[in-house]
Order: sequence, then C-alpha cells, then structure tokens
Amino acid sequence: MSSTARTLTIVLFVVLVLVTLAIVVWAGRRTRNATDFYAGGRSFTGFQNGMAIGGDYMSAASFLGIAGIIALSGYDGFLYSIGFLVAWLVALLLVAELMRNSGRYTMADVVAFRFRQAPVRTAASVSTVVVSIFYLLAQMVGAGALVALLLGIGEGQKYLGMTPTTAKILTIILIGILMIAYVVIGGMKGTTYVQIVKAFMLMLGAILMAVLVGVAYKFNLSSLLGDAAAKSGKGSNFLLPGLRYGKDIAGNSGATLVSKLDLISLGAALVLGTAGLPHILIRFYTVPNAKAARRSVVWAIGIIGVFYLLTLALGFGAAAMVGSANIAKTDPGGNTAAPLLAQALGTKYLGGSNGGAVLLAVIASVAFATILAVVAGLTLASSSSVAHDLYANVIRRGQTGERDEVNVARYSAFVIGAIAIVLAVFARGLNVAFLVAVAFAIAASANLPAILFSLFWKKFNTRGAVWGIYGGLISAVLVVLLSPICWGGSQGSLPAAKLTAAQAADCGVPANSTKVNNATALFSCTTPAPIPFSNPGLISIPLGFIAAYVGAKTSRERDDERYAELEVRSLTGAGAV
Amino acid sequence: MATETPAPPAPPDEGRYRSVQESDEFGALRKAFRRFVFPITVAFLVWYGLYVVLSAYARGFMGHKVTGNINVALIFGLLQFVSTFVIAWWYTHWADRRLDPTAERLRNDIEGGGK
Repeated sequence: MSSTARTLTIVLFVVLVLVTLAIVVWAGRRTRNATDFYAGGRSFTGFQNGMAIGGDYMSAASFLGIAGIIALSGYDGFLYSIGFLVAWLVALLLVAELMRNSGRYTMADVVAFRFRQAPVRTAASVSTVVVSIFYLLAQMVGAGALVALLLGIGEGQKYLGMTPTTAKILTIILIGILMIAYVVIGGMKGTTYVQIVKAFMLMLGAILMAVLVGVAYKFNLSSLLGDAAAKSGKGSNFLLPGLRYGKDIAGNSGATLVSKLDLISLGAALVLGTAGLPHILIRFYTVPNAKAARRSVVWAIGIIGVFYLLTLALGFGAAAMVGSANIAKTDPGGNTAAPLLAQALGTKYLGGSNGGAVLLAVIASVAFATILAVVAGLTLASSSSVAHDLYANVIRRGQTGERDEVNVARYSAFVIGAIAIVLAVFARGLNVAFLVAVAFAIAASANLPAILFSLFWKKFNTRGAVWGIYGGLISAVLVVLLSPICWGGSQGSLPAAKLTAAQAADCGVPANSTKVNNATALFSCTTPAPIPFSNPGLISIPLGFIAAYVGAKTSRERDDERYAELEVRSLTGAGAV
Repeated sequence: MATETPAPPAPPDEGRYRSVQESDEFGALRKAFRRFVFPITVAFLVWYGLYVVLSAYARGFMGHKVTGNINVALIFGLLQFVSTFVIAWWYTHWADRRLDPTAERLRNDIEGGGK
C-alpha cells in the first residue's frame, strides 16, 4: 500500500470512529431505562431494523472472507453465501415473530418461558456467551490481520515504529475498547445506529465496486466468469464447487467421502445456525410488534441477498482483474481480495494510482466499520444475557431494580470485552473462517433445538432444554477439539499435504514429510485427528436435538398452563411488551 | 419495576390462556400458521439440501454449460436466491392477510376482556 493510501486509510478510520462515537453518545443520552438499553426502546421501524440486522450479520467473514474464497477457490465461496442467506427463512418463518411476541430482552426469555428459570437461563446464558465469544474472536482476529495487510506492514517491516505483530495486537485492543465504549455508552440504540451506518457504507461500497467490475466487463457475466476462470489458472473447475470443499481426492475414497460429508456438515451449520445466534435474535426485540419484526427480516433478506450477489461480482472480479495468484501472495487466506480489487478498479477508473489509493482506503474503512458494528452487537448480546439472565433472574431471582440491572449489563460489557481482547491477542494466528463456522455450529446445535422445541412442542420441559443446550454445546466443542483443526497428522482418510518450507519448520518435520495433513493445526501437526471432520455440524446438530428430546422424555415435568400462555402469546401478541 | 421475565400483565384467572388456547378461533389460527410454515420449511430445507448434495456429488451435472460460461451450478445457486426472496415475499403477503386480523382480534379479546 502506498503512503497516500495508508495516510488516507488512517484519516478515514479516525473520522469513522469519531462519527460513530458521536452517534453513540447522542443515543446514550436517549437511553433512560432497561428497554432502551436492551432493546433500543423497541422504537425502530422494520426498515431500520432490517438494515441493522444486515449490519449485525454481514461480518468481516462475509465481506472479506467470501470475496476472498471466491477469488481463490471460485464457486465454493458462493456455497457460503447461499447457506448464510437461506438460513434467514428459518428465522423468518419459525422464530422472529414468535420470539418478538413472547420475549423481552434475551434469547433465554423465550427458551425459559415455561420452565424453571435458574437452570434454563444459566444454560442459555452460557451458550450465548460461548457463541458470542467465538464470533467475537473471529472478528477481532480478522481485524488484526487486516490492519497489518491494509497498512502493508510486511514481515520484518515497520510502520510508525510498529512491527506487524504490534500492529495486530494494538488493533485488537483498539477494536475491543471501541466496542466496549459503544455498548456501555449507547446500549442497543447506539449499537443499532452504528449497524445501520455500517450497512449503508457496506452496501454503497459493494455496489460501487460491483458496478465498476460490470463496466469493465460491459455487464456481461459470462465474459467476467470466463476471464476469472482463465486468470485463476484452474480453468472451468473454477466455476464449479469442489476446489476447496467436498474435494475429490484421487485414489482415496475414504478421504473423498470425508471431504464431501464435511461440505454437507458446513452447509447444515450455516443454514441452521443463523436462527440460533443470540446477537441476531435480540434484534427482533427492537421493533414495536411482530408485524414489524416480520418486515425487518424481509428487509434483511433483501439487503443481505443483494449483498451476497454483489460479492459474487467482487470475488470473480478480483480473480479476473487482480489474479488469484497475486491475491494469494499478499494473504494465503484471500482476505485481501476485495481491498486489492478496490485498488485495481480505482487505478483503472478513478484517475490512476491516486484513485486506486482513494478507493482502497475507502474500502478498508468500510471493512473496519463492518467489524466494529458486528463486535458491538456481539458484546451487547452477551452482556445483556449475563445481566438479565444470570444476574437478575438467577442470582437475584428477579428481585432487582431496573437501574441496577442495566449497570450490571454495563460492567459485564467491560468484563466480556476485556476477556475477548485477551483471548483474541492469544488467538491472533487462528483461521477466521473456522472461528465463525464453529460459532454457527454451536448456535445450531445448542440454541436452535431448545428454541424450536420450547416454541412448538407441548411436552418439552426444563430437563429437555438444559440437556439440549449443554448437549449441543459440548458435542460441538468436543468434535472441534478432536478434529483436524486441532490435530493435523495424516492417516487414512486424512491425506498428507504438500508442505512449504516455513510450514515444515513450524511443525518440526522435513519438507518432504508425509506425516502432516493440516500444518496449521492448533495442538500438533503430526498426531492424526480422532474425528476427521473439520465442521462439527453433521454430528453435533443431531446430538443437540437428540439430547433435548431424550431430556424431555425422561422428565415428568409438564406445565400445560404455561404452554398455553406461551402458545397464545407467541401467536397473537397478547401481553407482548 | 421488577425485571423478572416474562411477566404477563397480572394473570387474573388461572385458566385464561388455557381457554383461549382451546377456543375454535385460536385453534384455526394455529392450524393455519402451522399448515403454512411447516411444509414450506421442509420444502426449502430439502431444496437447499439438494443443492448442497449435488454440489458435493454431481459435479458433472453442475458443470454442464447452459450458455457461455454460465453453468448449471451458477443457475442452481441463483435459484436458491430467487426461492428465498419468493418465499419471504409470499409468507409476508400471506401473514399480513391471514394471520394478522385473527391475531389482532384474539389479542384485543385477551387484553380487554380478560381483565
């Protein structure tokens, strides 16, 4: 990155921070009670909330990650977009309105509605915090990596006295402090406005780039795809699934089967995870009624869908105009595809290298806005759950004042933010897409069964909810801990990978070693994983549902009166706050 | 104001929600809702599952070029977008007309008459 672009990026970032902080302070002055803090006063319109949902949902993994996967592996990135989008129908049809009608502030309000409060709220709060922290780590680690890349600080180089490592750590700390500030000062109102602003910026940035890509190819999709395939070096396979997920591995049918099941597992987690993400679910409470919740999900589907269609143009555009090899050179994960494409487009259409620097800086600041809006939403979801579920309803058994509860939520935001900062600094080498996929898998395995059964199954009860949440949570985490993500050895269905010199050195094996399947494994490169799947969903989602079912069947607890209340209220909106 | 959740507005009589739940009007509302959303949920999950399974196992079919460089995989993927948009629109359209009036009426009965 040129020094113009660097300076401009930093200036834009400072402007972004000042503007969002001003909004948050303004929103904070209008935050008077618990409903304002947790649910933005329930005063947002369907369109506003739809934008905010888009801002909450389209993370760095969506913007940089999917464009990057498409730029490097072609069609496979599209599989992600589709899973992320179709998932919204589960939220629209089965969850959003019923939740809006029967809950107040958190996911646990609905899950624990008709059961014993303490055990169910504790479980729901634990899973809310775990899912949110995995997701937070993904965003913060992504932000750290992005800064070093966008400011162009290479290994061994320094910028303003910072090595790449110090730049990463400082970014993580800065993002952490900002997200705490947004939540503590602005609560849900402040967070919502930040998310709306981000959604506008992201859509405008994506539309601008997609239009420029369109101009370059005279809006002919076929010639864009042809050029992308040619420049990728992979030919027509680039336009097909299978370069990254569900690979055909010649001569190893076991490995092929594992790879294909892993793809299906990823697909299942993506489509079932969204409706179990706590930071998304609490957004349904920010509108006045169920009809507005319905409207907001439809707006969100429109915005998110259009955005993913645009990423198709961005990803293939980056492959065609920048070249897969050039992108992989700056970041093997492909996260720089969208920024590099911005630079190329700016250079071509906005007046040479200065234009390139400007567009690059703009897109870089859009990426930061994206990350800030998502981390604020996640911090709010987990601190709300700690304050409202654990503190107010479990520890104080509902005997607490509103002001007291909101103060606890603010302290919790500090603590959770601080924990996330520390974890992210240690986890800064982890793969971002993996962290997001784990968060989705836990949400689908732990939260979705409890939500659906408690809304729709009369005989569901306390034990079912508790077993379902912990069962899904533990099985998802356990499968990951036993997977190739943690254990990288090769064996049977885990074929040996070609190693680069650096990877071989990291793993402490010779470069021609055949012992390694995944050189970036967390615990060991040479011990084979007991479970060959990288995506836990296919195993942990059924286990979550089974645990919930078995738990409910083995307990005689049943409260038909409370179920009647939940069913009537969730469908009619009677007694809704 | 205590913040225990969820607190119905002071339940006056024990069986109030029970009697609404057992009423014909509510039964019809629940039936209409479930008859609409459950089959559609199954349908779009199967449709999405088919797409994922074909992506994993039917590369030949997915790679068939329809026009220029546009292949079946791309069209199939775009159709997932189309089906999502259509279902979202259809459900909203349906719910506005079929769910909301009944829900509104029942809500008014409960909140007005129950107290």
